[in-house]
Amino acid sequence: MTGRWLNIALAVYVGLIFTFVFAPIIFSLIFSFNSQRFPTIPLGEFSTEWYVKIFNDPDVWTAVRNSLIVSSSTAVLATVLGFCTAYTDFRYNFRFKGPYLALILLPPTIPLIIMALAMLAWLSRIGMSGQLWSIILAHSVMTAPFAMAIIRLRLHQMDPDLEAAAWNLGGNEWQAMRHVIVPFCAPAIVSALCLTAAVSFDEFAVAWFVSGLNKTVPIVILEIVQGNIDPTVNAIGTFVFLTSMSLVILAQLLFISRQIKSHS
Amino acid sequence: MTEPLVTFRNVEKRFDDFVAVRDMTLDIHEGEFLAIMGSSGCGKTTTLRMLAGLDTPSAGEIRIEGRLMNDVKPHERDTPLVWQSLALFPFLTARENVEFGLKMRGVAADERKKRALDWLDRMQIVEFADRNVATLSGGQKQRVALARSLVMEPQMLLLDEPLSALDANLVIRMQGVLTRLQKELGITFVYVTHSQSEAFAMADRVVIMSQGDIAQVGSPKDIYRTPANRFVAEFVGRNNIFTGKTGGSDNGKTKVSTLQGAFLAQTPDNPPGPEKQVSFTVSADLMTLTLTEPDADNKAKATLISEEFIGSVVTVFLEGQAGQEYKVQMQERALAELDLSPGADVWLSWEAENANMLETGS
Repeated sequence: MTGRWLNIALAVYVGLIFTFVFAPIIFSLIFSFNSQRFPTIPLGEFSTEWYVKIFNDPDVWTAVRNSLIVSSSTAVLATVLGFCTAYTDFRYNFRFKGPYLALILLPPTIPLIIMALAMLAWLSRIGMSGQLWSIILAHSVMTAPFAMAIIRLRLHQMDPDLEAAAWNLGGNEWQAMRHVIVPFCAPAIVSALCLTAAVSFDEFAVAWFVSGLNKTVPIVILEIVQGNIDPTVNAIGTFVFLTSMSLVILAQLLFISRQIKSHS
Repeated sequence: MTEPLVTFRNVEKRFDDFVAVRDMTLDIHEGEFLAIMGSSGCGKTTTLRMLAGLDTPSAGEIRIEGRLMNDVKPHERDTPLVWQSLALFPFLTARENVEFGLKMRGVAADERKKRALDWLDRMQIVEFADRNVATLSGGQKQRVALARSLVMEPQMLLLDEPLSALDANLVIRMQGVLTRLQKELGITFVYVTHSQSEAFAMADRVVIMSQGDIAQVGSPKDIYRTPANRFVAEFVGRNNIFTGKTGGSDNGKTKVSTLQGAFLAQTPDNPPGPEKQVSFTVSADLMTLTLTEPDADNKAKATLISEEFIGSVVTVFLEGQAGQEYKVQMQERALAELDLSPGADVWLSWEAENANMLETGS
């Protein structure tokens, strides 16, 4: 009997967590189709007015374009960095390997605002701030650890003999990398690309500090909210949410399905 | 004899403080089936990895066809290896796995495909050519791994405990496949295993390793009948080991006084001389068990303790009068006729020429 009650209690608990996480987003989604200017209940009529409005706003378009450039470049750069570090860890043993890994995994633990200020100070000192690629650099530094963690996990599932088998069959180190390591890691590499793109697409603080006049989507959202209460923010919010959610879900699906496969 | 295919000269391999292979000198001949046998950590796999270039010797020389190989990279050698883990590429089909080495060598796609299919056919798994290797059974994977190495047409194939993951019946079948292949292809097989039955069933010559040293090299029969030292005698098992002092030698036989009595043993090629501490072995299957006192070179009284039934053959464990354990291997039917029960007193006997003296100091 207690087991049953415990199960119910746990189910309620999980339900509450999901409600807390997703309710604000769902409300945002609902109000983005609401004709009324203020988010109140009862709702007004169904309307795509706010979507039309952002669709016709050139600032939003520029921001979306910027965000896409930044997030896709970041994804590629961070994933390449992450792959190289993960491979180093997989393949080599060296002194100070522990500190090396700890340093690599450090960036996500630094408070964003500190990171943003430090990035601004550093990039402007070497004359690299205020550019679109300033954001790309900063985001790559921030997201490479995620890429590394995902790819490292995949490499740990690999039979270390596989690479040696490729050498043994006449492949040099590059051929082994291209024909064995990369194909084996492919699902993790795609996951890393999706995840780093999603993180970069959403990131506000660092982008705001180092971007200069190049606004990304989160910065435009802040500007809309700062000006006045404007329901277009719900529309943009929904768009951003769907974009990054799709990327994250895609990353998860690819990674999880491959893990299940490799264990079956 | 022709020039050996492979020569190891005083080869040593250290990993930090650990010596995996010590001062190894060994020749491997063209077309022979050589098994390297020992328990885990004895250096057998390191020896194989050095042949494949995956480990570099710390000292000494390894030559293949006279060419110094110490620093030749793995991919520049013609030494395909069948891995204990098989190391098949999980994201490729059986055929793509077999094609891999040819692809690395730059063989054209249709030629690759043809040769891969030929080998899969030869291994009787051509119907699985386009299946992902993850979906194949253990025995099928084994065959893919063999085909993947043999499609390279090497002059030497390295095998690292390739049968250890298979069940007993399959092991016997694969042993047949391997010996037949080796005879048909006429290439050298270097086969690393911890399993005595695999090594003895297939190999022309067996190298027994212990803690980085070669303990004995010889044909399976040599090793079984005339172990060179105590390590080999115990490793091979089913040996009765006696220790005592030498007395006089006569007519190729040496008298050895042990706690169980004085026995005659075969005098070895370099006789130990009198008054020396020596050991000799008698294989369990060369001991005869009788109820009455036999007329033989060597005999001892013993008490039956237990029997171990293996099938048509049984191992009988007995205790000698000085408390020594004896092992006798005999036909189950013959034992049944004697109608013995534990505690029964019997006689053991063996011929002097079957008493093999070990190297002194071992």
